[in-house]
Amino acid sequence: MDTIVDIFSSYGWELLTKTGEHMYISFAAILLGVIVAVPAGILLTRIPNMADRLISFVGILQTIPSLAILAFFMPILGVGMTPAIIALFVYSVLPILRNTYTGVKEVDSNILEAGKGMGMSNMETIRKIELPMALPVIMAGIRFATVYLIGWATLAAFIGGGGLGDLIFDGLNLYQPELIVLGTIPATILALLTNWLLTILEKRLTPSALRDAT
Amino acid sequence: MLEFKNVTKRFGSGVKPAVNNLNLTINKGDFVVFIGPSGCGKTTTMKMINRLIDTTEGSIIVDGKDVTQQDPVQLRRSIGYVIQQIGLIPHMTVGENIVLVGSLLKWSKEKKEKRAKELIKLVNLPEDYLNRYPHELSGGQQQRIGVLRALAADPPLILMDEPFGALDPITRDSLQEEFKKLQKEMDKTIIFVTHDMDEAIKLADKIVLMNGGEIVQASTPEEMLRNPINEFVEDFIGKDRLLQSRPEVTTVEQIMNPNPVTINMESTLKEAIQKMREMRVDSLLVIDQEQKLQGFIDIEMVDSNYRKYTYVHEVMDTEEYAVQKDSLLRDTMHKMLRRGKSYVSVVDESYHLAGIVTRATLADMVYDTIWGDGMEAAIATPE
Repeated sequence: MDTIVDIFSSYGWELLTKTGEHMYISFAAILLGVIVAVPAGILLTRIPNMADRLISFVGILQTIPSLAILAFFMPILGVGMTPAIIALFVYSVLPILRNTYTGVKEVDSNILEAGKGMGMSNMETIRKIELPMALPVIMAGIRFATVYLIGWATLAAFIGGGGLGDLIFDGLNLYQPELIVLGTIPATILALLTNWLLTILEKRLTPSALRDAT
Repeated sequence: MLEFKNVTKRFGSGVKPAVNNLNLTINKGDFVVFIGPSGCGKTTTMKMINRLIDTTEGSIIVDGKDVTQQDPVQLRRSIGYVIQQIGLIPHMTVGENIVLVGSLLKWSKEKKEKRAKELIKLVNLPEDYLNRYPHELSGGQQQRIGVLRALAADPPLILMDEPFGALDPITRDSLQEEFKKLQKEMDKTIIFVTHDMDEAIKLADKIVLMNGGEIVQASTPEEMLRNPINEFVEDFIGKDRLLQSRPEVTTVEQIMNPNPVTINMESTLKEAIQKMREMRVDSLLVIDQEQKLQGFIDIEMVDSNYRKYTYVHEVMDTEEYAVQKDSLLRDTMHKMLRRGKSYVSVVDESYHLAGIVTRATLADMVYDTIWGDGMEAAIATPE
């Protein structure tokens, strides 16, 4: 008990800043992922012949061990936060891309035909029909990616990216299990909390008429 | 209004064209129904009008402009479109769905609201439905909204792809009637695709029957029923329907008895009574030397006059009602039944007696219509 209090008193401030860094790294990576993968996913639905191949290619990227990716980016981007964010972003792409592609592709083709027949342009179709209708599926992809990324973001410490991983690595190096726990628990809580918040957001964003259906 | 000029559509080179060198002119305000077996090219033909499918060759002129030269998005906003699967957008309210084209055309909020209220009145749905979502409506109500959506921007031309095909028969019936009425009131030109001949006959001003990418027959429903151009048309219309439509399109000449019992006007009353007895009838048609119908005489007239007069022409009733050979049976039947007459005589243009239609003839007709051809019925009866 005493040790925990000791640790909090000596690492309390650090814990806060590290958690802040951790959130920053994860959310920046996710944001990048959304910006890239959602439009890419929609684009893929327009080239269905290529889509499956491209998605499997991205799937292969996903299987590269995360440590290897981080190591791989080091010579190119150096150390620090930026390469960490970019490496994590690579991981966020697949779930978001795949869910966007599936979600948009599953939109009832009759509704699309009606929309097209009414004189909707391609952009209008995406904005007024495809995105709103695919949103629950896309959001699920984003939520999935976010939760994973928060876990993986601990590895950012390995290339000097900061975050809660720093505490874990310090604990390993100094052989202080308390420090490892101190880094792990907030990361888990953060992941659970984000999952919960995003679930609420997902429900909010789903058009009311579609809530019953899904 | 709408003109197809040598329109051909090939899906892939070398294959048989889906639509082959089609020529057709459609007038403003016409309700034109395209019909035919699956794969006959009817839907393709329709979709080429709003460029959901592009033509391979030829041109389609709408209001003097070739659609192939226009921007497809703008073109589609100026043409109404209704599909079988309705395709209302589920996350938009009924009101938003109705004025979808309005929002594409950047109408003001007030204009959209006003238009939605105007339109929903046309189909007798309450105004508060505008705030509901499509899934809260029944299938019939949803398609009513689908039709209104096509009417929103008041397009002169509306394309309908089997719009009532997915509805149950009762709902379909009432929607057909509502829509036909609406179309007449609004004076829209309608291109309507269906495979249901009853629907076509009920709605169309003009039926275009297609097969293998070509027009087989394009005519009014009456004309198609009366004169199917070939066996394919007959088969497609179906024997039952041709029979049922007989009172509608049959002329009296086709069913009359061409050998009525007659008597010359110069004959004596004695001869007349003899003839009645011989032929077991109670009245005779009176003709002159040239076979022209002069009147009729029946047993009562002979009975009350045989002491005073000798000749038929002295007692006959000259107020004989006759119909022309080419009058429609439908009208003749109606007149006979209304006047309570048991027969009507049939004459040609110069009033020569041609035949007679009696109530017995009508009974035959009605029998055939209800139980099929007399012959078939007889064969089908077990010995």
